[in-house]
Order: sequence, then structure tokens, then C-alpha cells
Amino acid sequence: MDAAAVTGERGRVFDLARIRADFPILSQKIRGKDLVFLDSGASAQKPRQVIEAMVRLQETGYANVHRGAYFLSESATAAYEAARGAVAKFLKAGTEREIVFASSSTAAINLVAHSYGSLLKPGQAVVVSEMEHHANLVPWFMLRDRAGIELRICRVTDAGELDLDDLEAKLADGKVGLVAVTHMSNVLGTVTPAAQIARMAHEAGAKLLLDGSQAAVHRAVDMQALDCDFYVFTGHKLYGPTGIGVLWGRLELLEKMPPFLGGGDMIAEVTLEGFLPAPVPARFEAGTPPITEAIGLHAAIDYVEAIGMAAIEAHERRLVDHAMARFSTLDGITLLGHAQDRGGVFAFALDNAHAHDLATLLDRVGIAVRSGRHCAEPLHARFGVESTCRASFGLYTTEAEVDFLAEALGKAREFFR
Amino acid sequence: MFDDLRDLYQEVILDHGRKPRNFRRLEDADRHGRGDNPMCGDRMELWVKLDPEGRLDDVAFQGKGCAISMASASLMTETVRGKSQAEARQLGETFRALAMTGTCPDCGGALEEEMERLQVLGGVSEFPSRVKCATLAWHTLNTALDNAGKEASSE
Repeated sequence: MDAAAVTGERGRVFDLARIRADFPILSQKIRGKDLVFLDSGASAQKPRQVIEAMVRLQETGYANVHRGAYFLSESATAAYEAARGAVAKFLKAGTEREIVFASSSTAAINLVAHSYGSLLKPGQAVVVSEMEHHANLVPWFMLRDRAGIELRICRVTDAGELDLDDLEAKLADGKVGLVAVTHMSNVLGTVTPAAQIARMAHEAGAKLLLDGSQAAVHRAVDMQALDCDFYVFTGHKLYGPTGIGVLWGRLELLEKMPPFLGGGDMIAEVTLEGFLPAPVPARFEAGTPPITEAIGLHAAIDYVEAIGMAAIEAHERRLVDHAMARFSTLDGITLLGHAQDRGGVFAFALDNAHAHDLATLLDRVGIAVRSGRHCAEPLHARFGVESTCRASFGLYTTEAEVDFLAEALGKAREFFR
Repeated sequence: MFDDLRDLYQEVILDHGRKPRNFRRLEDADRHGRGDNPMCGDRMELWVKLDPEGRLDDVAFQGKGCAISMASASLMTETVRGKSQAEARQLGETFRALAMTGTCPDCGGALEEEMERLQVLGGVSEFPSRVKCATLAWHTLNTALDNAGKEASSE
């Protein structure tokens, strides 16, 4: 099963054993046990191709970018800008000028909340949902408190889906300037109907930001098809490094937006009287950017594209179906949310054990899951649970690992009986 | 599969975790404190009734959390009853050292009997991410005794 070879897109073979061999950490033993890494939703492991690309740059091609007239700086600049091009292609963006590098998804959302947020007028509103990660919630609370922008919270149904009737009601008075919602919940696994949300938002005169931190990892995302206005994702969940995130924005919107952080690289001209901001995307990239990380992200995109996002999605869909089937045979396990369209993220609670006790047991046999509230405290309150364990899959996850988790959950329940 | 975890989850701990003692609200409490480990979802509220000499006459708590945090709070309420405030704080300090290091060089002193009861939680020292579960109750007790109206956290 580990070596399952399934034909992916354009006849490519999804060779799980070969993929796993690309990830050095997966051969680590944890207290003598095989590592079963089910926390990719928090941060994914890195293939050798990413690690080597970053080492190669540091050893042979590193210099600051956009600043030097010497060979290394020019080649580092070319590599950095090539990474921007790769991201643009990955997202099917209209132009690479629409790609802004930030330090994380969180930083990218904060950028929009400050910069686009400053264009909103008192009396206007922003809509978020109950299932947002704190990163797509707190920046909007801060905007509310700073600028008198109303914040409306769209409800989530018992199934864990966005309540589109409630969204319609929240949009009805035409005061909403921006809808900012997740494209895939980091707790429920729910994939939200992006194109439909975009249509609803646009009909109400609002723009749409999608938090793609989870979604962009699990399926192909196409900015033309999604029809949103802003999209963010992060490198470290896409098998790339930490320290780099991406904001995609429609060019005509980015061009209207004022800078967020001030510093080097984001200016066209500085005198002792003031400054003129640079054109986008440099306008939003103050200071020395994450150069090595951009090269790592480029390598990560090359890596997943060589496998094929459709093949990765198909693999994870099989895993999700398998996990749902296995979990449904277990006594005492409650899954949070059961959306129709979902990705490989499962938050669950055991009836006789707290999430932390369960995580300690699972860790003992080499299984890494997250436990707690997963940066989504309001969502846990919505479902009336203090905390959950979360298993999240990556492209390297196997059905055998899902089976082992299911077996361990059964044994854990006996342990606490 | 999990047999080697019986050192951490001894029967005493599972028992106190399932059926915590003194799990109630004290209406006429003299001291009150809250504790929260927001990253884990452990939360508790603690009440202390003092006798005329300022000793801990009754200690009770309510809360939600893992077996370790609930058992630790339960054992604490039993252990500190009848102690002076200084003794209760001293116990807390010794217990925190035990939880962090697994050893207890100060356990042989005046509070030997009490520390012996708390030894069952010494196993957490091997689980760095769980130490704060065991110590939350003691942080909360200090907060209550300070009566500063603040929230305790062991994170």
C-alpha cells in the first residue's frame, strides 16, 4: 500500500514510496518507532529538493536582491524574481506583478487589513466567518478597533459548512466592503465554495479575500476560476520553508493600495521631505525580503507541480475517504464537521480522554497530531468543545498510517476506560 | 500498545481525573482565582475558605482540562487543606520543582507526607509539554492567595 502507484495527471505516476523517499525526516525513528507525521496542517515536512535548493543558493548564489550591480546580487535578484514568476504560474495569476512576497499568510492578511482596510470608510463592514484561523480574525478585530469598521461574523452550519444564507443576510445592506474567509478550514477540513462566495460578495459590491493557507496545499488553485480579489498562502505548509508567504491581489486593487510597512525596496524616491512609493509589488516588500525562502518556495512549487496538483488531490481524496470509513467504525470518536467538500484535515474528540492526554498517548507510538484549539478558539466554542486532536494529511501520508492511527485511537479509549 | 505510559497515568491520576475531589463552588470563599492554559484548553476556577488564623480551611475548584490538570488540582485541594498560606505556597514551589525535574531533593522536610502524595505526578517531568498541565492548579492557588484578581497561566 505504501508503494501504491497510481496514474496521475497526464499519465504521470503517483509513486508514494518514491515521494516518501524524498522526505529525509520520514525515515526518522521516534523513540524507536516509525514516525507517523499527521501534523502537516500545522507545518509540512520538506523534500530534499527544497532543502538542497536553499543550501545551494546559500553556498553558491547568495547576495541581497535589488541592490547590487555585481554578479551575485544580479543572479540572486534573478532567482528571487523567478520565484515570483513560479508563484504567478502556480496561482494562474494574470501577471507576476500581482504576487507580493510576505513573511507568512498571517503577514499577508495583516497587509491587506492595514492597506486595503485604510481604504474602507467608517460605516462600512468586513465579513469573516466562525471557522477562521485567528490569523484571519484578529487582524480584522484590530481594523475594527482602529478604524471604526464594523466586523460581521458569518455563521457555520452544524455540518461545518459556511452558512450561505447567513452570508447573504450579512451582505444584504450593501455596506460590506470586504469578505475575508478561509478557502479550507484548518480544523474542519471544509473547502468553501469560493466561486459562489465571490459571486455573492461581488453582487453586494464587496471584494473577497480567501485564506488559502490550507487549500493551496491540497488542490490546484486558479485565480481566474476562483474570481476572488485577494488570495494568501504560506510556504511552510506547501513543503517549503517558513518565513515566506504570498499575497496575490488583483493588479488594479494593489495599485490603489497605500504601502503597509515602510523601508528599503518599497520606495521610488526618498528626500528629507518625504517619499514616493514604488510601483507594485515592490511597494509592499519593505526591507530585505526572505531571499533564500523564496528560492525554497520556488523549489517546493516545482516539486508539487512535477507530481501534479490533481494527482495530489486525488491521493488525498482517497485518504480522506479511507479515513472517514475507518473513523466511522470507531466507538467514542466524534469528528468535528462533516462537510460535503473536505480536505485531509480531521479534528476529533474521544469521549473518555482529553485531547492532550490522547496526544501524549499517540506520541508514545510515534504518531504526531496537534492537540488544543488549533488557533481557532471561536470555532471550538461554536461546536461546544474545549479542545480536539487534529490529524492532517500531506502528499506523503499513507493509508497504512491512517489505519495505524485508527488502531491507536481504539487502544487509547481502552487505556482510559 | 501504551503500557509504558502507566508511569504517567497511574491509577490514582486516572481516578482523580475522572472523579476530581472538592469539585464544587465555594459560595462563601475568602479567596478566588482563575487559571487558564489557552493553548491546551485547560481552564479552572479555584476558591479558598480561610479559618480565623488564616489557614486554608477549605479549598475547592471547578474546571475543564486533561486528566493531568484535573488530577493535579484534585490532589492539591486535598493536600493543602489545613495548611498555612506559607506552607501551601512552599508545597507549590516544591511540587513545581518535582514536576519539572522528576526529582525532589526538598521532599524530606516538614512537608514529607504531603509531597509523598504528590509524587504520583512526578512522571510528567518526562513530558515537557505536559508539565504546565500539572502545575496550573498550583499557579491558580497562588493567584487566589494573592487575590490580585489576575488570571494564572502556567504557559
